[in-house]
Amino acid sequence: MNQDTLVELEAVGLDFKTRTILDQVSLQVRRRQILTIIGPNGAGKSSLLKVILGLYPPTRGQCHRTPGLSIGYMPQRLTVDPSLPLSVERFLTLANGGNKAPVEAVLRRVGARSLRQSPVQSLSGGEFQRVLLARALLRQPDLLVLDEPAQGVDLQGQQALYHLLAELRDEQGFAILMVSHDLHFVMARTDQVLCLNQHICCSGTAESVSRHPEYLSLFSHGNAEDIAIYTHNHDHHHDLHGHVVEEHQHD
Amino acid sequence: MIELILPALLVGLLLAALAGPLGCFVVWSRMAYFGDTLAHSALLGIALGLLVQVNPAIGVIAVSASIALALTVLQGQRFIASDTLLGIMAHGTLALGLVLVSLMDNVRVDLLGLLFGDLLASNYGDLIWVGGLALLIAVVLYFIWTPMLNIAISQELAQAEGIHVGAVRFLFMLLLASVVAIGMKVVGALLMTAMLIIPAAAARKLAATPELMALLASLVGMSAVALGLALSWQADTPAGPSIVLCASLAFLFIFVFAKRKDG
Repeated sequence: MNQDTLVELEAVGLDFKTRTILDQVSLQVRRRQILTIIGPNGAGKSSLLKVILGLYPPTRGQCHRTPGLSIGYMPQRLTVDPSLPLSVERFLTLANGGNKAPVEAVLRRVGARSLRQSPVQSLSGGEFQRVLLARALLRQPDLLVLDEPAQGVDLQGQQALYHLLAELRDEQGFAILMVSHDLHFVMARTDQVLCLNQHICCSGTAESVSRHPEYLSLFSHGNAEDIAIYTHNHDHHHDLHGHVVEEHQHD
Repeated sequence: MIELILPALLVGLLLAALAGPLGCFVVWSRMAYFGDTLAHSALLGIALGLLVQVNPAIGVIAVSASIALALTVLQGQRFIASDTLLGIMAHGTLALGLVLVSLMDNVRVDLLGLLFGDLLASNYGDLIWVGGLALLIAVVLYFIWTPMLNIAISQELAQAEGIHVGAVRFLFMLLLASVVAIGMKVVGALLMTAMLIIPAAAARKLAATPELMALLASLVGMSAVALGLALSWQADTPAGPSIVLCASLAFLFIFVFAKRKDG
């Protein structure tokens, strides 16, 4: 394994009972890389993340993680039982051995400072996502793993999140591995896109994947060409609470 | 007179003190059915303990550990839902325990005592093993507190962050089994789950942190033990049901009159 490689999968296969979920998946996640996995529903994207996270042992092949690798994980959704009294602050310090010192800074960094004392059950989807990101950051990760971060958040929220992730990657130098169900919603800054449907159909830059015949046949049920994204050019954006914030610099 | 019920009171208070925090985890992780299964199977544990002549508490812990292991193995199957499976195990083991007890001609077993507890029969000998076991439970619980909280929030996240979820959960199940073994003395197999979930549920509204909720659950349970024993002593009612009744009334009172402390 190369010095720069954080995680390497070699011909990984995963079966549940008699069903094949993943087959012959080989990939590398390198330091500072942004890697996006796309694929239709049921393609095995979440299962692939779980193999990388060590939650599922692969049925075939090998999964190597660099020794001492610190992973920050943002699950697709997380519901804390209402019977558990838990503030955002406590939720965060449970991940770092109870150290409250960095909480203020990390919450400010993800734009969720005002939520510090809120019960976690009172957060909206977008707010919880930022808190989950804060928790992942507190672990000072080498690799940040995100499962469909765009789901349940509106387009503006997605853009803000992707922007924040790219900034954080540049500041802290971790790699990002994320799953998306749709090529249209991958980060503009993504270095590599893997198109998964049990096996890896194709990979490359976002643009090259979008023209690849395997990708087109996979997503050919009329949507790839029919849906276009209208790109706004707002002169302002909204913060977490919907207040208008003047743009200091443009993306 | 106090000397007569002092061992009973102390055994009951120790049970309630431990059932508070453990019961909170049962409530947070929605394991009430599981607790019920452990409690019902405890009767089989006692019967087996009598059969091979060891301390019934050891029989209870052994049977509970086997149930926990069996459940872990059976979780992989998708044939029957897990609450159905728990129901089958709970009542299958309870029935087997009852049949075994009835077949034992040589030992006189108080069936009502097994089902609803026999706290007033506690002596200082009981207090010694209960005290020792309680200390052990408290120490282990202290060490697995943070990982257990992380697991209660999300098993998946906890595992991704490097917590050995399987090992921690199994330890927790052993703690639960040990508390059930004590509870068999106090409230019996049928009422044990009540001592886990009622004080925890009562404490929910009053607490803004997990630790405070655990502490308050202990206090609610301990008050219920003291009041229930007093009721039992004065009105000659059975101790176990009296304690559970007091806990239920405390829950009702807090549920109706208390304001939520966390926003």
